[in-house]
This record gives sequence, structure tokens and C-alpha cells, in this order.
Amino acid sequence: MTGRAEILSTPSEAAPARPAAAWRRDPLLVGILVVIAAVCLGLVGLQPAPYLVNAIGQLAAFAILAVSLDLVWGYLGILSLGHGLFFAIGGYVCAMHLLAHAFAVTGVAPDFVQFMGWTALPAYWAGLTHAPYALALALGLAAAVAFVFGLASFRSRVNGVYFSIISQALVYVAMLLMFRNDTGLGGNNGMTGFPLLFGYPMGSAAVTTGLALAALGTLAAVLVGTRALVAGPIGRRMLACRDDETRLRTLGYGTTRLKLAIWCLSAMIAALAGVLYVPQVGIINPRVLSPDLSIEIAVWMAIGGIGRLGGAVIGAVAINALKFWLSAALPEAWPFILSGLVLVVVLALPNGLLDLATLRTRPTWLRGGAPR
Amino acid sequence: MSALVVENLTVTFGRFRALDALSLAVDPGEIRAVIGPNGAGKTTLLDVISGITKPVSGRVLIGDGIDLTTRSEAEIAKAGIRRKFQKPSVFPALTIRENLEIGCGTGLSATERPARIAEILAETGLAPREHAQAGALAHGEKQWLEIGMVLASNPRIILLDEPVAGLSDSETERTAALIRSLRRLDRAILVIEHDMAFVEAIADRVTVLHEGRTLFEGSLHGARADSRVIEVFLGR
Ligand SMILES: Nc1ncnc2c1ncn2[C@@H]1O[C@H](COP(=O)(O)OP(=O)(O)OP(=O)(O)O)[C@@H](O)[C@H]1O
Ligand SMILES: [Mg+2]
Repeated sequence: MTGRAEILSTPSEAAPARPAAAWRRDPLLVGILVVIAAVCLGLVGLQPAPYLVNAIGQLAAFAILAVSLDLVWGYLGILSLGHGLFFAIGGYVCAMHLLAHAFAVTGVAPDFVQFMGWTALPAYWAGLTHAPYALALALGLAAAVAFVFGLASFRSRVNGVYFSIISQALVYVAMLLMFRNDTGLGGNNGMTGFPLLFGYPMGSAAVTTGLALAALGTLAAVLVGTRALVAGPIGRRMLACRDDETRLRTLGYGTTRLKLAIWCLSAMIAALAGVLYVPQVGIINPRVLSPDLSIEIAVWMAIGGIGRLGGAVIGAVAINALKFWLSAALPEAWPFILSGLVLVVVLALPNGLLDLATLRTRPTWLRGGAPR
Repeated sequence: MSALVVENLTVTFGRFRALDALSLAVDPGEIRAVIGPNGAGKTTLLDVISGITKPVSGRVLIGDGIDLTTRSEAEIAKAGIRRKFQKPSVFPALTIRENLEIGCGTGLSATERPARIAEILAETGLAPREHAQAGALAHGEKQWLEIGMVLASNPRIILLDEPVAGLSDSETERTAALIRSLRRLDRAILVIEHDMAFVEAIADRVTVLHEGRTLFEGSLHGARADSRVIEVFLGR
């Protein structure tokens, strides 16, 4: 074969992306990680007003949620319009832990327990006072629900719009279920009034800052981890599956397992976002399961840019920061502003806000690194 | 024993019969061309062999008696069957090299892959462009890249759907030479093509398909002399 000479000369070029360093070759991601580090330092050093610290922590939780959707939508082409379900699973389990913990420490039963006329927590709350168990339950439950739903859908080759619609139906059904008062999960009112976190009073400066740092740290870890995944051989298979699933199957790859694994991973990341979100916002109720929230996650991404991880972060942070600010200033205008933004972005910047960078200065790193 | 046997295959789309009790056998070492007018069912035949379309009745057997109609696309590919699509199907977001890496399939270990990829890059002449994004390639390069992806795993049955469509004359000649060089005693090649000069250059035998049935089977020379074949091709 004439190829022998090339065999000897190419391996260094050919070496596949080494996952450990994958994030370094994505300047957008490096930039975001630097910003995250700077914000963390700022939180510790400057001690900004608690409401600002809290807002930053919530934004980080939303960014994690957006990254989880980008993993399946941007890299596998699976648009979930039900990711609020996994976020809610994380949120609910976290709320259960906080209430169980407070009950154990203070002896005061949570509101909904008193409301239902019960004296103790339902039996299935057992063990939730332990944080590691609660975390494992949140992630495990999200993965289990995702697995069952994913297996049923992917095996029967439910794809595209059909999958999106069914995922939306799923979150809606979950919302109806959670509105019932007899589930032992707070019903309509949800769960709120979390007095303690690991024994420390909720709302104290230290806890607020700690939560924000935890959310930012988790976001950074999720970004580095998902980037390593998508830059490696599995990521290449994900892109191949996104662009032509039949082609990939006819090359000898069963795609169901790949899709199922990434789908479950995405659900767990979304649950992690929910775990971090609930103690910061101080409440969880069935409204996180409303279809609008799940659609909104897709909107953040469409605005930030799909299939770049960093785009999801930018979209989630930009839209939610705007929402925090405007829903105080002009609450009625928010839906109109959001719709307007979507229209502008879809018409003028098909790849989301990331297009802005390429429009003006056209730095090569943003052009060369097309959606990967 | 035949390398690939198609037995009484019937495929319907609604009430329309795309394949009508079609039978066909390809020998090991043979290059078979399937020709026929548009809509004759040529692509549908490959869709059934590669597991994308399930037939209403009939079987597709390979050497060891495995019936492909009961297998999934991935299982069929793992049995050593690769197919090039009519519309060039490469992964646009990946580079040439990454496409070939996926083309190696699950049968080649990670340590064997670089050498195999280097061979394919050399054979297809794509070596200088190995880091180019497949989505940005010219049509001819895409055709060759897809052929390279098909060859990377060393398949024992190769199915090519119009491999020279849209190629220039010189590219067509190079493709013909490449396909001839793929002939091996333990390999069967099925090529669908409209370009008769190309068919003449590569095929041992031709099967003429018309309305889902075999109209003629034998040499291309014989096909050209067959009155029914002439009627179908000229009567359009
Ligand atoms: N999924 C489908 N649904 C309905 N009809 C189909 C489908 N796939 C193919 N057909 C029909 O089956 C017939 C055979 O199609 P096929 O693609 O196999 O033809 P072909 O011989 O490959 O033609 P060409 O030379 O144009 O590629 C055509 O009439 C086509 O319209
Ligand atoms: Mg065809």
C-alpha cells in the first residue's frame, strides 16, 4: 500500500482530542470559565449585596439547566420540551431534604404536613435528612425517569417533533399530578419555608454566598465535563447521530444506547440544576413543571446559540438577568419583550447571540470552530 | 455458494409495489451492476439489504445463511455489509478524518484505526484535506469520502448507489479503477448506476430492473441486445 509513509508521519496530527484538555481548545468556554472564576473571587472578596449574590447563584443554576438541554438538543438533535421535569425532580428532592432536615433539627412539622392534618412525614421521606442520599436520589430518580421515557421513545424510533411534543406532554402530566394535595409533596402550594441548610440559618450571608459559589463551581465543572465529552469520540458520534442517524446505524453503530446514555446524563445535569436552584429561590411548586418553563429553556438556547455549550450559558444568563431586572421594573411587558427578542434573534442571528461576535470583528476562532 | 441471495422480495408503499417478488444472487468475487429506469426499485433493493426498509415478504441471505430482513441496520453493518447512499451521506459537522474514523466501525480497534485511515486517505486522494470539514466539501469529494467511509471497515459486501452521479469524466474513470481494485474473491460488490460506460468498465454481469422485477440478467452486451430492455429504456 502506498499509505505506509503517511502512517509513519501522521500519528501526531491524528491523535484524537485528549479529553482532559478539551475545554482549552474552546476559547468561548475558556472565556466563560475565566468569568466564572472572577465572579467567584468577587463574591468572596467584595461581598456584594445579598440579593445580587442570590441572583448570580440562580443565574448559574439556570445556566446549568441550559447546558443540559444543549447536550441533547445541540449535539444529538433531540429537542426536549420537557426538561423542566428533571429540573423539578432535583428541586423537589432538594426541598424534601431541606424540610426533613429542618424537622429533624427543630421538631416543627412542615406547613403542608400540618395542613393535611398529619403528624409525621410520609414514609417515603425516610432517609432524606441525609444530604448525600438526597442528592443520589435526585440524580437517580431523574435518570430513572429519563431512562424509561427515553427507552420507550428511542426504541420505537420516536424522533424530531414527535419526541418534542411527547416530552412536553410528560411535563404537563407531571404538573397535573403535583397539583394534587395528597401526594405528600405540598400539592398546589408546593414546599417553602426552608429555615436551615446543613444546620446553618438560610438567608445568612455565608449561606447565600456558599450557595452561589456552589452553583458557579458546579457550572464550571459541568462545562468542563460536557466539553470533554463532546470533544471526544463519543461527541463525534453524537454529531454524526444528530446529522444523519440512519447513516450512523448503517455504519454499524446502534444509536439507541448512545441516545439513551446522553439523554439520561442530560436529565441528571438538569436535576443538579434544580437541586442548586431551590435553596436559593426558597420555594418549589408545580409551576416549575408548567410547559412554558420547559419551552423557555429552549428559547434561552435559541437566543444564546445552540451546540456550543457556551452559547447556552450566555443565553440563560442574558435572558434571566433581563427577566430579573424587567420583572421588577415592567412585569407586564416581559412576555412581549421575550417574544420580540426571539423574533429578532431568529430573523437576524440564526445562530443566536454568538453571531454578534462573528458579525463585527470576525475573529478566526469563532469562525473556524463552527458548531462542534 | 452465493455471497448475497435475494429471494422473492416484495416491498410495498401503500398499494404500490416497489419490489415485486424480486430474486437475485451475487457470487463471491463478482461485481454486479443493477440498472433500470428511474423508479425501478434499485434504491429500494439496497434499503432492504441494509435494513432500512422491511419487506412484506421474501428473504435476503448472506453467505452463512443469516436472513438480513430480521436484523437491524447496525447488526447488518456489523456482519460486514456497507452501503453508499444515492445522495452523498457524510457527516457534515465532522472532518474527513473523523468521518473515516467512524467509517472504520466497531470491528477495528483504536490502535488499528490510524493505519487503516491513512490507507483510505491515500487511496481516495483525500490525504491533503484530512482536516477539512465534510460539510464544506465539493460534491465529488463528498462522493469519494463516502466511498472511503464504506471501504474503511473492509466490508465483504459493498453496495454502491450511483457512485459516479455528478462526477466529471476523469473522476468517473478514477472511481471505476478504484472499484475494480476492490475486487476480491471473498467480496461481492453491487453497484447501481445509470452511466453505461461506467457499468461496462466495472461490471461482470448486469441485472436490469423494471417496475420492481428483473427484466434481464447477464452480460451488458446481452442486455443491450435484448428487445424488452430496449423497449423499456427507449420507451420512456
Ligand atoms: N418511502 C417511500 N414511500 C413511498 N414510495 C416510495 C418510497 N421510497 C420509494 N418509493 C417509490 O418506490 C419506487 C422505487 O423507488 P426507488 O428509489 O427504489 O427507485 P430507483 O430505481 O432507485 O430510482 P432512481 O434511479 O430514480 O434512483 C419509486 O416509484 C418511488 O417513488
Ligand atoms: Mg435510486
